[in-house]
Amino acid sequence: MIDDRQRLRTPEGAVLSLVPVGILPRAAAFFIDFLIRTPFYLAAWFVVLTRAGAGAGLMLILVFLLEWFYPVLFEVLRHGQTPGKRALGIAVTHTDGTPVTLNGSLIRNLIRQADFFPMLYLTGFITMLCNRRFQRLGDLAGNTMVVYVGGARHAVQVMNDSSAAPDWPATLDDQQTLLALLERKDTLSSARLQELSNFAWPELGAVKSEQRALDVARYLRGHT
Amino acid sequence: MKQAQFEQQFSTDWHWLEDQFAVLEKLRPGEAAQDPRLARLPASYRRLCHHQALARERGYSISLIQRLDDLVLRGYRLLYRPRLPIAAPLKQFFLADFPRAVRAQWPWQLASALVFCLSMVLLWALVRQQPEMIYALVDAETAQQLEDMYHPEATHRSERDSNDDVVMFGYYIYNNISIAFRTFAGGIFFGIGALFVMLFNGSFFGAIAAHLTNTGMHEPFFTFVVAHGAPELTAIVLAGGAGLRLGWALLAPGPWTRLDALRKSAGEAMPIMYGAFALLVLAAFIEAFWSPRLFDPWIKYSVGCVLWTLLFGYLFAGGRR
Repeated sequence: MIDDRQRLRTPEGAVLSLVPVGILPRAAAFFIDFLIRTPFYLAAWFVVLTRAGAGAGLMLILVFLLEWFYPVLFEVLRHGQTPGKRALGIAVTHTDGTPVTLNGSLIRNLIRQADFFPMLYLTGFITMLCNRRFQRLGDLAGNTMVVYVGGARHAVQVMNDSSAAPDWPATLDDQQTLLALLERKDTLSSARLQELSNFAWPELGAVKSEQRALDVARYLRGHT
Repeated sequence: MKQAQFEQQFSTDWHWLEDQFAVLEKLRPGEAAQDPRLARLPASYRRLCHHQALARERGYSISLIQRLDDLVLRGYRLLYRPRLPIAAPLKQFFLADFPRAVRAQWPWQLASALVFCLSMVLLWALVRQQPEMIYALVDAETAQQLEDMYHPEATHRSERDSNDDVVMFGYYIYNNISIAFRTFAGGIFFGIGALFVMLFNGSFFGAIAAHLTNTGMHEPFFTFVVAHGAPELTAIVLAGGAGLRLGWALLAPGPWTRLDALRKSAGEAMPIMYGAFALLVLAAFIEAFWSPRLFDPWIKYSVGCVLWTLLFGYLFAGGRR
């Protein structure tokens, strides 16, 4: 199966499934953060150019802090999310799923410079393509990764309808496959539904096999 | 139990958890630790883990399992938030951990210091022997600027006001600390980036010192740099050493995989980077507010000597039992 989910078992026996975030959403998050920082850079640039006394010195410190500590501050205090990452529903964690620590965040953000080398994150881009967790160099050194979090998933609603017991000893795999078919019923075209069901009951023909598949799925799901 | 009944029975629990998570995720780490709702979280989280295990074991639909997976991940991230105690570790860090970390990594720190010092001495000797060699390093305009900057009769040195000091403080913070961080990051390319910065800065410093000595401006120059040079040059060498440590982990990982060695070395290098950061803030402060003051040279040299002695005494003896 083509699946980039990382499944981890925690000491308390729960299963964590972490979905690593690819390059485009991360670039988008970076861009949003960049837009947020831009007004401050412009203001600092303006003040330094017009030589407004001590203000210019403070602005240089501000630029320094923005450049190096903006991501660190948010990642450590804001649950692994800079504003850009929050907007995209992604967050930095350690590879064991625990929230990122100060050390981890600092390492990944200091080594960002190496990822940027020689231009436009080329090194980071190549490194990300070379490992299963899409980690750039800073992530590798800091033992961190970027994962999807908190995509609010809603319960799939399924109507009660006719049902039929399976006439074979259904395995858990069969059950999950049929349940997935039932839950996606409304997003699939009727022709596709019939085509899929026909694999299971080739002898029934397209229309009847669809009915049978959905009936069995509803039986396995139970009703309330 | 079939999935429909399972969902019906527990979905109120899951909705309740979702609401709790949404509230707790918005709180700052300190507030969240105080929040009474957090005290109830472990029990409901354990129940959630139980539901997740059941859903997997009983082959419920993938969408239900994913929904529970997401909830478990959110709960896990809330429960395992790192604590952020700052004050007590900070004291321990400066009293003991930082100098210990520097000594623990002496081979790389020594290598970094040697590269810096050797290139400095070499270029010093070269430019002293053949003064025109300075123009191989910097163009005529830059050399002229340097000469103006340290000219004994230059007016800008006595007319400097406190606003200029603050501007320079900001500039030193921005410039020097960025260089230190970049040096460290560059070390990940098998140490080459860190070595390059050490070579470049060492040579540059040696050449300029020699050039200004050749043109008879050594006193303004050395009285200016002697004090802040202690924390500044030391911090740059330390950052270079930390960078070399990273690169060495990739070149010769020893009994670990390269990846594990990299992680380990990055973790070990962090105390040095925190320390280098603090030293550079101190250096920027001295460089902006003390170094430009025009005192008798022997006062400036003694202050410089005291600083160098204190710093090296601290790094060699700090945190020993």
